[in-house]
Amino acid sequence: MPLSVEIRRVTKRFSDVAAVNEVSLDIRRGELFALLGPSGCGKTTLLRMVGGLETPSAGTIHIEGIDVTEVPPHLRPAHMVFQQYALFPHLTVADNVAFGLRYKNGGRAGWSTKVKEALDLVRLAGMEKRLPHQLSGGQRQRVALARALVLEPKVLLLDEPLAALDPQLREEVQVELKHLQRTLGISFLFVTHDREEALGMSDRVAVMRHGRVEQVGTPAEIFERPATRFTAEFLGATSFFTAEVASLVDGVATLRLPAGLDLQVPRPDASLRPGDRIDFVVRPEKLRVRVERPAEAEMAVVPVTVEESIYQGMGTTWIVRGPAGERFVAWEQNAASVLDEPSALRPGGAAFLCWHPRHTVVLGGGGDA
Amino acid sequence: MRRRGTWLLLLPTWLVLGMFFLVPLVLTLVLSLRQRGVYGGVAPIPDLGAYVTSGSFLGNYARSFAGIYAGIGWRSLWMAVLTTALTLAIGYPVAYALALRAPRRWKDLLLGLVVVPFWTSFLIRTYAWMFLLRTEGLVNRLLLGTGAVDRPLEILYTELAVMIGLVYGELPFMILPLYASLEKLDRTLLEAAADLGAGRVSSFWRVTVPLTAPGIAAGIVLVFIPSLGQFVVSDLLGGARSMLLGNLIQNQFAVARNQPFGAALAFELMAAVLLLLLAYAFYMKRKGEEVLL
Repeated sequence: MPLSVEIRRVTKRFSDVAAVNEVSLDIRRGELFALLGPSGCGKTTLLRMVGGLETPSAGTIHIEGIDVTEVPPHLRPAHMVFQQYALFPHLTVADNVAFGLRYKNGGRAGWSTKVKEALDLVRLAGMEKRLPHQLSGGQRQRVALARALVLEPKVLLLDEPLAALDPQLREEVQVELKHLQRTLGISFLFVTHDREEALGMSDRVAVMRHGRVEQVGTPAEIFERPATRFTAEFLGATSFFTAEVASLVDGVATLRLPAGLDLQVPRPDASLRPGDRIDFVVRPEKLRVRVERPAEAEMAVVPVTVEESIYQGMGTTWIVRGPAGERFVAWEQNAASVLDEPSALRPGGAAFLCWHPRHTVVLGGGGDA
Repeated sequence: MRRRGTWLLLLPTWLVLGMFFLVPLVLTLVLSLRQRGVYGGVAPIPDLGAYVTSGSFLGNYARSFAGIYAGIGWRSLWMAVLTTALTLAIGYPVAYALALRAPRRWKDLLLGLVVVPFWTSFLIRTYAWMFLLRTEGLVNRLLLGTGAVDRPLEILYTELAVMIGLVYGELPFMILPLYASLEKLDRTLLEAAADLGAGRVSSFWRVTVPLTAPGIAAGIVLVFIPSLGQFVVSDLLGGARSMLLGNLIQNQFAVARNQPFGAALAFELMAAVLLLLLAYAFYMKRKGEEVLL
């Protein structure tokens, strides 16, 4: 698979702080790739280094096989859509889009056609004469897209592409960006702190924390199989368990919970040895809270006390306490109306927290969050 | 009831404006339409009707456009234009460095240094220039000492000295509005320009300059108007040879005792300034910017 962007052991230090620390990533050609993480995790700095707006303190960046580590931004086949779009307020839509064309080879002759094509692509035909302040947020973003795309980049860089938009618009723009990326077939590298955005929009996601990449994978992989506690938490999982490996037989691991409960799960890791202490997580929507102990023998069950229920319309969140006071969170879809079938669970009452063993996700190192 | 209250509240404003602005203005206008008396002062008008119909009331204005006075007018205009151009050329890089390049903790100090000259009287600072520029002055001693020249340069009492004095005096008035507009400049726009392919020079002319145009306009107005009416600098540093419009007006009142002619010249100067201000206000309105003056 040909690579669009290769980031090799890139570090960026601001005075003494490493904003990005030895990051290596491969972005494939034609891929929609998200850098996901909380603010200050280094994702924007990494994006700016790919765009050439920052120079790495160490490491190399290749775009389409060419080392661009020291290449100034305008000579890279990567262009940026800024978070607040950074449209030139004194120039019309058409002049904004044409801004970069004069630095490209080829005469003025083709300009107007290219500008027109770019504006058609983002559905802004007829807006040529408007000034940026006369446009809506969504239109401004499309001008910023056209301004970058008219230069035919190999990689489009987007800094929080949906953050400045109204919530109603976000879903629409998300679909539109995906569609645009498929049409053009170029790679999109974007930065976001919003997990829904990263999951819904990208082919692959890199979760970042403290300047390092925590995990890379498809949205489903990072969501269903988080490698570390941080990734799990960032994607909304809050129920963590500690257990000891009791035995390992034929790819099945028996985990013993402190309460003396045994749980059999598919063996997660070849390096696991009996007697190891491990952490695992179960996602809230995989957990169930029941008044009766479930009948199925293979279900993992932990006795708990109900602490709180939060009715959220589409679902209900249950906050429960384990035998040692651990806090677990389960989320259950309200498939039936709670008016027809009110829950028998009461705050303070005893219940059973249960899940299917295959939803047990054993976490690796680095989970010291 | 309410209307009368508003009126009373506005009264102090009208009183101040009327006494210190409107009344003197009308008096000057009337004065400019009369003629100088034999021993100074104002000549009596025996027949008002004949005075008006003969057009004599415009005599002072007609005279100001002739010969030597027109020359002084043009030279004043030229000097003001040159001063404005030079302060812009010097002030823009200074303001740019202050707003975009200076480390944050130095900014206030550096900006303070621009304003420090205002702590001393302009007159004293101009005298200081006399000491710097005269033949035995610091500048000449430095040039002689380093062997750059073997005879002291005649700088004081030339147009060059006037120019130096004008540029020196007006420079802060150019730097401050430029700084204000450069400080507001959104730096991601410069990053966007770089990302789109613009080099430093290109992004300066295509992004920075157009976006700081309101600051440039304000600086031009703030510098051009006082330099056009300047008379202290030209009097002290230029001597008798470089008379400007400001000196001419001052002369008419203080030396030549031709108050009506001086009043007419003052009115012309005011008209020129007013035209410039109108052009400025019109320009700023069209750009949708706040009119700062």
